[in-house]
Parts: sequence; C-alpha cells; structure tokens
Amino acid sequence: MDILGLKSRRARRKDPSLKAFDQRKWIRGFTISAILVWVFYAFVVDRLPYAASDFFQTWFPATTINEALVWVICALGLNIVVGYAGLLDLGFVAFWAIGGYVAGWFMSDFFHQVSFHLGSTSPAAQPGIHISFWAVLLIGALICAAFGVIIGAPTLRLKSDYLALVTLGFGEIIPQIFYNGEDIGGFNLSNGSKGISPVDNIGLFGKTLGPFDLDWKYLIFVCLAAFMVFVSLRIRGGRLGRAWLAIREDELAASMMGVPLMRSKLAAYAVGAFSGGIGGVAFATHVNGVFADRFSFSISIILLAMVVLGGMGNVWGVIVGALLIAWVNSTGLPAFGDTVNNALGTSINFPSYNFLLFGGILIFMMLYKREGLLPESRLKQIMHEADDSTSNVGGH
Amino acid sequence: MTDSSNRFSMRLLIERSTASLIVGLVFVWLAVNFVKSPSQFFQSSVIGISNGVLYALIALGYTLVYGIIELINFAHGDLFMLGGLFAATFISTWFGQEEASGTAFAVFFLCLFAVMGFCATINVAIERFAYRKLRRAPKLAPLITAVGVSFIIQFVGIRWNGSGPKTWNSVLPDGEFVISGVHIAYTTIISFLVTIPLLILMSFIVTKTRRGKAMRATAQDADAARLMGINVNKTIGFTFALGGALAGAAGLLFQQTRGVTNYNLGYQLGLIAFTSAVLGGIGNLSGAVLGAILIGLIQGLNDGLPIGLGQQWSQTVVFTILILLMVFKPTGLLGKPMIEKV
Repeated sequence: MDILGLKSRRARRKDPSLKAFDQRKWIRGFTISAILVWVFYAFVVDRLPYAASDFFQTWFPATTINEALVWVICALGLNIVVGYAGLLDLGFVAFWAIGGYVAGWFMSDFFHQVSFHLGSTSPAAQPGIHISFWAVLLIGALICAAFGVIIGAPTLRLKSDYLALVTLGFGEIIPQIFYNGEDIGGFNLSNGSKGISPVDNIGLFGKTLGPFDLDWKYLIFVCLAAFMVFVSLRIRGGRLGRAWLAIREDELAASMMGVPLMRSKLAAYAVGAFSGGIGGVAFATHVNGVFADRFSFSISIILLAMVVLGGMGNVWGVIVGALLIAWVNSTGLPAFGDTVNNALGTSINFPSYNFLLFGGILIFMMLYKREGLLPESRLKQIMHEADDSTSNVGGH
Repeated sequence: MTDSSNRFSMRLLIERSTASLIVGLVFVWLAVNFVKSPSQFFQSSVIGISNGVLYALIALGYTLVYGIIELINFAHGDLFMLGGLFAATFISTWFGQEEASGTAFAVFFLCLFAVMGFCATINVAIERFAYRKLRRAPKLAPLITAVGVSFIIQFVGIRWNGSGPKTWNSVLPDGEFVISGVHIAYTTIISFLVTIPLLILMSFIVTKTRRGKAMRATAQDADAARLMGINVNKTIGFTFALGGALAGAAGLLFQQTRGVTNYNLGYQLGLIAFTSAVLGGIGNLSGAVLGAILIGLIQGLNDGLPIGLGQQWSQTVVFTILILLMVFKPTGLLGKPMIEKV
C-alpha cells in the first residue's frame, strides 16, 4: 500500500500508472506557492508603500482569496462528477447548501432547546449545539456524501440529459426546503429567509479565529483545497478513477468490460458531494452564517463554468478556472468597472454584465476550445473525435 | 438464471407497488379536498388548467427540439420570457394600448403574429450560431452551450426589463363570469381561444404537411433522411422556428393574463414546462400537452386547495414529480421505451 504516493523513486519509475501523477512534485509546488501567498498577506502587504498596498486591497483583498478557495474546493468536487465520471450535475449548489446548514446547525445557538458542547470555542453556558469546526467539517462532508448517494440513486438508469434535469431538480428543491424551512410541521429547521448567523469561531491549536482572522483562515482553506486535490489525484490514478474515465468515455463499453456502473457512479456523486460539504462548512465560517437566498441556480452554473473553462478532468485546470472566475465575480469585475468609470467619467454597472460573461464563456469554450484552458490530454482527444455518435462524454 | 430473474421481478414488484401507493395517496388527497370544499376544488382546477395550456405551448418547444436533435434546449424558457417582454413593449410602448377596446384587440392579434415571428427568428438564429456546430459533438457540449445561451438571453432580459419584476396593463377584458360558484375570468377563455387553434395548427403541420413529414423523418434518422433528399439543416431550423413561435405566443399570453414580466420568469416556467414534456414522454407532441395540463392542474390544486402544501412549495412539488417520474417511469406517460443505439 502506498497511500501517500511516497513510493521510492525506482518503484515509481517501474509503475507506469503513477508516472503522470508525481505526488511529490505537486505537493512541493503547491506548498511553496501557498506559503508565499500567506507570508505576503500576513506580513508583507501592510508594510508596502501605500500605493502598492492599496492596489492589493482593491484588486486582491484577502477575503476574495479566501472565498475563491471555497470555490476551488467545490469546483474540485464538481470536477469529479462532471470531469471524471462525465455525469452532468446542474444542482451542485444543493451540497453547498447542505454543508452550510450543517455548520449552521452544529456550530451556533440555533438549536437553543438543547445545549451540547464538544471541543468548541464558544463559552460552555451558551445554548445550542456547539461542535468543533474540524468535527463539523467531517460531519458536513459525510452528510453531503450520503445526500450525494440519495440524489444519485434515482438517476442511475438515466441518460445524461435526464440526469442533468434530476440533479437540477434537487438543486432547486433543497434550497427551497431551507428557504421555507421556518415551520416544517411546527419545527424550525433553517430559520427560513433570515438564515442562521453567527456561527462559532474556528479553534486552532488553542487559538480562536474570529471572522477577521483572514490569514489563518486562508491557511485552513488552502489545506482543505490541498486535501481535495490530493483526493482527486489519488482516486484518479486508482481503480475507481479509471472506472470513472471508462464510464465517461463509453458507458456501454465500460459495463461490458465489467466496470460496475452503479457503484462507480454513486461513488462519483458521493466524493463530489463530500467536497461540496467541506466547501459549504468552510463558506459558512467565511461569511459567518448561512443564508438561504444565497443558494441559487447561478452558483451551480458558475461552478460548471469554472470546470469547463479550466479543463474538465484536469485538477490544475479546474483550480485555475475556479480562481479566475471567483476573482472576476467577486472583485475583478467591480474593481475593473470602478477603474473604467473613474477614468472615463461613465457610470456603467459592470457587475450586471456577469450573466453575459458567464454565458459567453460557456458558449465560446464549447464552440472553440471544448477541452478548456488547461486540457487533460485524454479528454482533448475525445472532445475532438470527429463525427462519432457512439462515444460521448456524459454517456449516451 | 432463475435467481437473477426472480430478483428482477422482485424489483419490478417493489417499484410497481410503490408507484401505485404514491398515485393512491394523491387520489386520497384529492378526494378529501373535494369532499371538504367542492367549489374550491373546481376553482383551483380551472386556474390550474389555464396555467396548463400556457405550459403546453412552452413544453411543445422542448419536446419538438428534443425529438429532432435530442437536445434539452435550456434556453427555450428564456425565449418565452423574451416573448413576454416583446409583447409588453409592442402593445404598451409602441402602440400605447393600456386598456381593453376594439383597437387594442386588433393590436393584440397583430402582436400575436409579431411575437411569434420574433421568437421564431431568435430561436432559428440560436440554432444556427450556437447549436449547429455542435450537432456531432459529445452530448455534454450542446447542453452546456444551451445553458450559456440561456444566461445570455437572461442578460438581454435584465437590460430590457430591469432587474426586478415590472407590471403592465392588460388589453384583454377584465371581467369574469360565475358558473355555480366557480369564477372563470375572460382572460382564461381568451387564452384557450388562442392556444387551441395553435395546437391544432401545430399538429396539422407535423402530421399532414411535407415539412412535417421531413421533420419526423429527420427525428427518426437524420442520416437516412439526408440520403432521401431531405434538407436536414433546413428541417431542424424549421423545427426551432415552430418551437420559438409557440414560445412567443405563450409569452404574449402570459404577459397579458398576468400583467408581469421579469427576467428570470423564463427559467422558472421553462423548468416547469420541461417537466411537463418529460411527464408526457419527451419527443411526443400530444404527451407534452397532456403533461402540461396535468402539471398545471397539480400545481393549481396544490396552491389552491384547503389541504395542500401551499404556493411556497409549488416548485418543490413540480420537481418532486419530475424525480419520482425519473425513478418509476423515465419514458413518461405516452413515451415509447428507449432503446440504446450503439
């Protein structure tokens, strides 16, 4: 067993399946760049001359970076479902919402009927369920994985486009349940449109991270993202990952070769949802609460645009796509708009153009660069197989 | 061998009994409500059916396009929204009609043709520039493109209509008449009078004309149709035009009967209409109409009956139907079983 991918170099050279996924290399690169960013934001940015630090505050504020990391985590999860297994999921926001509400339930005063504390940073006298962030992360991820299986189960017999519809249906139903959840048979499940706020602080080595400890939260989010990258890469190289790729490329042929379709597809949903849950819990701590009206269909589409833009199936492409789109959406477009408006004296509402932007990205990528910015070599071939009606991404 | 076939029939048995149980529960729910308040029952049914015919017009567009190129045209609902905006601009802004009168009625009919032409043109353009190139591509590609087109149309909607809902005056007569306690608005009658001829015309075009024959041939096998001398591109374009025209008519009717336009209406109603098309069996024209009326009815009953979940759960009810349908009968009510082509 070589779970960590730390086989001796010689052994790795012998094993061709590991060649493409050199574990040490990416861990080194990822760690170095993550630490550089952290050092920059924790120590350097405040000491820079005013113009430079103002530039970073306007164009790359730390909260945007943290939020982008949450998007990265969720996009990596969607990448497993769409990019690896080829199952189009248009309701990924459901997992994000469930993860968020798990954090809301287990890390706040919301269930004031009971008082339960487990390793939490909140004072013991406070009512409600207060469980440590790290445990909630796991609980949220597992609950989401279970929901992934529940959502996946009815779709297993369906063709790709029906599957998209059913996931979309769940993506509409679950936020609506939370939105109307103020009074379900007399029980307040979700506090309705008011949402649950605030959630507990994160405890880290005896330190309590308040809402504004962005640098430390950045470290936590980076570690979570790294964990998802690790999971994605390891699974992809293994038996399950190869089964997913086979299903993506030709479902019928895969099942003829003995790939268990049902189990592999459910596993894809479960792993994808798992990371959606992690993202949801992380996002709840990032915005210090959960609010039902945030979980709209456009989140599912933005996540899909991230995966498509970056390159379906390629973890690094998806990360680039997610960082880029998350940045454009939250800071880039408004900041660019302000700059242009100030310079030209106009008052164009740039953020209102994001519909056009995301729609345009989806269409142009599909028409002209279907495999994404950083394509996965294998997918590139399939996407450009001319005139072939039998093999298709997403099953037939 | 016997073991596996036993297991299969066992599964079938469980599925059948669960499905019957669900249908039975729905009937019990209806019966209880009927006994409790018959007039409310009929009132909700009338509202439901009048919504249903509107859904039918949109659902037909989905089913036509799916039938011919197996694409879920996500942008179709948004086309309907655009139709509503066009109708509002045409009647209220360009012709300045604000209330029911003889001229207003003429403008209404003029608008019907204009909006049908408008939406048909847009739908054909969408097909030409976004979908045609992807006809041979893996299935995920056109689907994602359709989502992109839907976003762009919503953007147009925001520019045109603003980011919130806008209310309009209707040019249709505003009264209602009462049959034994059930109120029926004149607008309901008018939407029937517009919809039913359109549906008849549609079914005539598809079943009786040469173009319709070409459409059915292309739907069966595009390559074979091409070999028989059918211009496949033109036929597919015509199908999109037909679907677009119906969506335009639906947009006009919605805008005139409800008096509201909003950029995200198309998304909501489009999903409901798609669910209707799936309920009836996608690709099947009469199935789409049947499914739409059923969905409208269920929605109306859920929203209006004394014992029901109420309006805030409307979407959830519709999507639950969609999901249950996928589990128990993916082919829909009138659909043929699908055979996987290899």
